Amino acid sequence: MNFSEVFKLSSLLCKFSPDGKYLASCVQYRLVVRDVNTLQILQLYTCLDQIQHIEWSADSLFILCAMYKRGLVQVWSLEQPEWHCKIDEGSAGLVASCWSPDGRHILNTTEFHLRITVWSLCTKSVSYIKYPKACLQGITFTRDGRYMALAERRDCKDYVSIFVCSDWQLLRHFDTDTQDLTGIEWAPNGCVLAVWDTCLEYKILLYSLDGRLLSTYSAYEWSLGIKSVAWSPSSQFLAVGSYDGKVRILNHVTWKMITEFGHPAAINDPKIVVYKEAEKSPQLGLGCLSFPPPRAGAGPLPSSESKYEIASVPVSLQTLKPVTDRANPKIGIGMLAFSPDSYFLATRNDNIPNAVWVWDIQKLRLFAVLEQLSPVRAFQWDPQQPRLAICTGGSRLYLWSPAGCMSVQVPGEVLSLCWHLSGDSMALLSKDHFCLCFLETEAVVGTACRQLGGHT
Amino acid sequence: MGDWMTVTDPESKTISQYTSETKMSPSSLYSQQVLCSSIPLSKNVHSFFSAFCTEDNIEQSISYLDQELTTFGFPSLYEESKGKETKRELNIVAVLNCMNELLVLQRKNLLAQENVETQNLKLGSDMDHLQSCYSKLKEQLETSRREMIGLQERDRQLQCKNRNLHQLLKNEKDEVQKLQNIIASRATQYNHDMKRKEREYNKLKERLHQLVMNKKDKKIAMDILNYVGRADGKRGSWRTGKTEARNEDEMYKILLNDYEYRQKQILMENAELKKVLQQMKKEMISLLSPQKKKPRERVDDSTGTVISDVEEDAGELSRESMWDLSCETVREQLTNSIRKQWRILKSHVEKLDNQVSKVHLEGFNDEDVISRQDHEQETEKLELEIQQCKEMIKTQQQLLQQLATAYDDDTTSLLRDCYLLEEKERLKEEWSLFKEQKKNFERERRSFTEAAIRLGLERKAFEEERASWLKQQFLNMTTFDHQNSENVKLFSAFSGSSDWDNLIVHSRQPQKKPHSVSNGSPVCMSKLTKSLPASPSTSDFCQTRSCISEHSSINVLNITAEEIKPNQVGGECTNQKWSVASRPGSQEGCYSGCSLSYTNSHVEKDDLP
Repeated sequence: MNFSEVFKLSSLLCKFSPDGKYLASCVQYRLVVRDVNTLQILQLYTCLDQIQHIEWSADSLFILCAMYKRGLVQVWSLEQPEWHCKIDEGSAGLVASCWSPDGRHILNTTEFHLRITVWSLCTKSVSYIKYPKACLQGITFTRDGRYMALAERRDCKDYVSIFVCSDWQLLRHFDTDTQDLTGIEWAPNGCVLAVWDTCLEYKILLYSLDGRLLSTYSAYEWSLGIKSVAWSPSSQFLAVGSYDGKVRILNHVTWKMITEFGHPAAINDPKIVVYKEAEKSPQLGLGCLSFPPPRAGAGPLPSSESKYEIASVPVSLQTLKPVTDRANPKIGIGMLAFSPDSYFLATRNDNIPNAVWVWDIQKLRLFAVLEQLSPVRAFQWDPQQPRLAICTGGSRLYLWSPAGCMSVQVPGEVLSLCWHLSGDSMALLSKDHFCLCFLETEAVVGTACRQLGGHT
Repeated sequence: MGDWMTVTDPESKTISQYTSETKMSPSSLYSQQVLCSSIPLSKNVHSFFSAFCTEDNIEQSISYLDQELTTFGFPSLYEESKGKETKRELNIVAVLNCMNELLVLQRKNLLAQENVETQNLKLGSDMDHLQSCYSKLKEQLETSRREMIGLQERDRQLQCKNRNLHQLLKNEKDEVQKLQNIIASRATQYNHDMKRKEREYNKLKERLHQLVMNKKDKKIAMDILNYVGRADGKRGSWRTGKTEARNEDEMYKILLNDYEYRQKQILMENAELKKVLQQMKKEMISLLSPQKKKPRERVDDSTGTVISDVEEDAGELSRESMWDLSCETVREQLTNSIRKQWRILKSHVEKLDNQVSKVHLEGFNDEDVISRQDHEQETEKLELEIQQCKEMIKTQQQLLQQLATAYDDDTTSLLRDCYLLEEKERLKEEWSLFKEQKKNFERERRSFTEAAIRLGLERKAFEEERASWLKQQFLNMTTFDHQNSENVKLFSAFSGSSDWDNLIVHSRQPQKKPHSVSNGSPVCMSKLTKSLPASPSTSDFCQTRSCISEHSSINVLNITAEEIKPNQVGGECTNQKWSVASRPGSQEGCYSGCSLSYTNSHVEKDDLP
């Protein structure tokens, strides 16, 4: 595993272009575009204010930089550096900005969710969509970029509008049987829309593209409900994580629950491999004190090295006692992610924040549990193979694959990470720096994993 | 009187018998007398009797006794009087008989009394026992009664508790109900409020919208250098009814495609499942059909029909078209046939299981033996084959070599290279083997040296013991005889091998006892020094050197001493002497002879400066 040099970064804004050729990162009000392979700066754009959000267009030709405080969006072209575009939302304010899938329209949400303005880069036309709902995930596009679903709120009722992205024509408009809709998400095949209700009620509704209600599912009542939802890349499964610390998997034929995965703090099944991160202070033997002492510039000497140990069952994981009299208690499944081949599901139970659970979807059972020394900040699957990268906000990167897992000392404290779509490298983002991490070829990693994990 | 007579008739008879007996044998009479005298009559009784009868009142007492006796049913003491007037004569025989009778009676009575007394005692103890039992039982009864009361009390308490708990549960339930109601009412209230708030919010939003959006905000604008082309290269189209229809069409197309895709998948899945089913069916039929031929006679009718059904089904199944029919029409047939076959299979498997269990129960060994024989035969065969193969390879190699010699130089060299490589490989293997062996040897050697050390230690201990024993002996001797010369004599006579040592020992003893004692024999000494690498004091050195200077082991000591204090006060003559003395001795030899522990310590000391 190799690392690039460390680059400056602000507000964790660093993104690979969708075609994988470029890497955009922000330093205060500057946008830097680098070549992924050489890491040389290709373009450097200067915005009017500190950038708060960036997004690549789907064709990797444009980058959008949003400055919410100023109500401004600036768009830059990679092909024509002199081309510029500035959108000012004026007194209406700006809270969110995103590209439409065609990369020629920008959707700006004004303050107080008064409306969504659709700016076109091709024509002078401006469209407005009224009554967008202020919720966690109110806009979703289908994978093929044809349709957009938008959550709306009119007269204290929830609606979903489906637009055709090519000409922003309203295709369907229907009310949903929800108290307070919280999120919507298209299935990857673009034919089914999952709609879930507020956390006060466990309710998930599935709509067809033409607005028919396909199914409704509710696991229980009277308790805090859905916390996270994820579609499997094959559109075959819908994983619903809830506040009761369980993930329920729905199938795409009957939309009934196939199985539920509990996340107990005690693991008794001897079949399950529990990887426990263990900190080992380096043994200060005579051999370790090499004669020219390590360079002072190389950063602080790692006080200890960590590695994974296979814990013998039964294992009890560290749990957090949630404060129940506060809103958004730290319980339930907060993070869910399917591997790109849909074979594995990684989850995190928020009251066992140090552990990542990996489930085998083919056998519908728990496969492995990784217990870290500190709470898991983020995890992401390699886009090419079942390999999970985890960061905990420390200066270590953790990788899991079915062959085993390992922890790697990396420069900087990793708060977030993002894979390159080839799966060969990833960007490790810390508070004001980032670096690229290049992974070895598969074979080498495989052997390394086997050495470290020893799990078959 | 007559009555009485009849009653006493048997007694009189016995008496007569008695009398006849007594008459017949005076000795028996004598014995009776003895018997009488043997009856222990206390003096009291005598005196009582004497008090009863005195010289004066013999007559009266006799008559009184007679009277008494007659009333008790004994014959009269007097002779039958012929006349009433005549004075009645005392019948001695009768008296004696009576006496005897009385005595017998007395004895009987005594016996009876004894019996009665013992019985009485027994009964008394029984009574006691029973009484104690009774009291115990009473106590038990009391305790159990108390326990029962306690249990009842507890039961009552528990019931009370239960009732309380029930009450509590009910209360809780009520509470839950109440809370649920409250929650529900709160929820409705909350929803209501929310709605109201939302309405207000919406109103405000509306207002804001009007204020912000309608007032042609100059700022709201897009500043763009030039418009870019669409990603698809087409021009934007106007929104018309047509586009709407087209969008609808497209949407339905997408949906249709999705459904078609899914249907295809399902069809494929179905086909695969059908194939599996078909295969399974075929296999089942093939499995079941040969088995039916044999047992047809003994199989009862029902299964026979089933089998015929199977045959029919097989005939049906052969027609592929059946599989293409829709499920509904074939379902019943299919499920029925499968069920039947399944039943047959099940019974068959059960039968087999039974057979297998039987076989298991029966001889298991025969098979085993056979298999072993087979195995041996097989191995023999294989070995033979291997031998043949080896021979073949050999001949081939020879041929190759011949050929190689025939070939020109290049090929030969190449071949040789080949062979060299092979050889190299072999040599490498051998080398590794050799290395391993060497390692083993090394290990053995080490263990051997360790053993030697141990032996040395033991020997030393033994020597010490011996020395102490000798010392004692010597002391004993000295107590009698203080002359050294005699001691020497004694010890020289002691053992042949260590004469010289003993001599030294004794010459040294007065100076330094423990050391000289430890110097039992030179071999031991060397071992000792080897195993004890601690640096000895200079005085020790002096002694050892002077005492066994010829021995090589001293060199070891000298070397250690030298190494320990090199260049330290070089002017000391003793040190120099040692070093000189040490030179002739081969250091290498010493080292190699030394045990591991010694070398280690030596190396450590070597490192210090």
